[in-house]
Amino acid sequence: MTTTMQRVRFTFLDHMIKQPVIYRMGHDFDVVTNIRRADVQEGVGWVILEVEGELEEIERSLEWVRSLGVRVDHALGDLIEP
Amino acid sequence: MVNVAALRCKECSREYPIGAFNVCDFCFGPLEVVYDMDAIADIASRERIMSGPNSLWRYADFLPAEYNPLVDINAGFTPLIRSHGLAKQLGLEELWIKNDSVNPSYSFKDRVVAVASAKALELGFETLACASTGNLACAVAAHAARAGMAAYVFIPSDLEAGKVLGAAIYNPTMIAVNGSYDDVNRLCSELADQYQWAFVNINVRPFYADGSKTLGYEVAEQLGWRAPAHAIAPSASGAMFTKIYQGLKEFEQTGIIGPVETRMHCAQARGCSPIATAYEEGRFVIRPVKPATIAKSLGIGNPADGYYALKTIEASGGSAVIAEEHEVAEGIKLLAQTEGIFTEGAGGVAIAGLKRLVERGEIQPDEPTVVYITGNGLKTTEIVSDVVNPILIEGTVSAFEQHVGVKA
Repeated sequence: MTTTMQRVRFTFLDHMIKQPVIYRMGHDFDVVTNIRRADVQEGVGWVILEVEGELEEIERSLEWVRSLGVRVDHALGDLIEP
Repeated sequence: MVNVAALRCKECSREYPIGAFNVCDFCFGPLEVVYDMDAIADIASRERIMSGPNSLWRYADFLPAEYNPLVDINAGFTPLIRSHGLAKQLGLEELWIKNDSVNPSYSFKDRVVAVASAKALELGFETLACASTGNLACAVAAHAARAGMAAYVFIPSDLEAGKVLGAAIYNPTMIAVNGSYDDVNRLCSELADQYQWAFVNINVRPFYADGSKTLGYEVAEQLGWRAPAHAIAPSASGAMFTKIYQGLKEFEQTGIIGPVETRMHCAQARGCSPIATAYEEGRFVIRPVKPATIAKSLGIGNPADGYYALKTIEASGGSAVIAEEHEVAEGIKLLAQTEGIFTEGAGGVAIAGLKRLVERGEIQPDEPTVVYITGNGLKTTEIVSDVVNPILIEGTVSAFEQHVGVKA
């Protein structure tokens, strides 16, 4: 299996801001995370990061992040335009 | 090109040479084109613009691509119409309608694709590509057909086939991708990295986006070389909205027009309003949403330029406004029935937004105001299908007079 890289944006709401989501992602899954930019304000915050690993493992880790209630999007916005 | 200096990250300001890149390697911020505004000011003039073609290429000095007749389908320089009926109904004295629904493939996307495809040819690409559910696909396929370029259009597999007829007629290779929108997003991102194609809104996005600046230039020229007091535009990714303002400010900066004090108002529909919601909540963090709006051409839940649209609102002293879903069709009908212009859902949102801004007192009756109509109603007839109610009569004069209620 070859490794790949994805640029993603996590949007956190309310209580999730206090959770060490990215730490646990790198700890519990075989992926490498690298934060590039972030902005956390009261009640909402986002982090743009690079996730590297095997595609299946990246998908598994992102699915886990989604299951926590964190929104996962493409880092550069929606690529499908109307 | 003499007027294009570099690409620059909008976040960390790192510069990159001109090429097919759209993202900063360091911070993943979006790249934008940097212009040598002094060089542009030296050559640009009203006379030079007016002697140019009746298309967006009359503003070539301000654009990041050279004019190329191979790919030109005459996008831009659409009518700016002085409103009478709608203005009267809203109590406005100087309302103008920028009718961009009459572009070659019937939406403003022809502007951005015109510039992206001209740049793609300059950069040596032979293929145009995009992921789209509507207007963008039409514009890409049409420009590729004109240029003799190959075209690949990616659509989600659950999209109704009829929705892409306007693109399919130009015979691009159309690929319906199984999976969620996220899956299509990811696939296109990977393909853009791996294939030597110009993905118009991905790897050549900095050039693509600047096609929308012409919506600012044109309005200023058509208003008699001045900027309006208010501009109302519908927003999906937020890119067009920010670029209209950039266009006006560049005309100011190069002395083409006087001071620009235009207040920019962004209109979104309730079912997909991440930018307007952030504005209403007084923050600059966009919370992505799942689009659920009748105004399909505004259905971008994770807007790439949402943050910059909010900064444009702030810088211009403008606002954002949300049209309720039921107001979209009402807006379409109001524009059609007062001005004779048939627009799609995005135009309905713009008209409903304009109405609300007037009701809120944000637009004063004597302030010159421009509303942008960006797409054609014949693309989304299902939104207003209830207007078809013919009076059925027998073929006699008496039946006509009885049922229609008029007399000779």
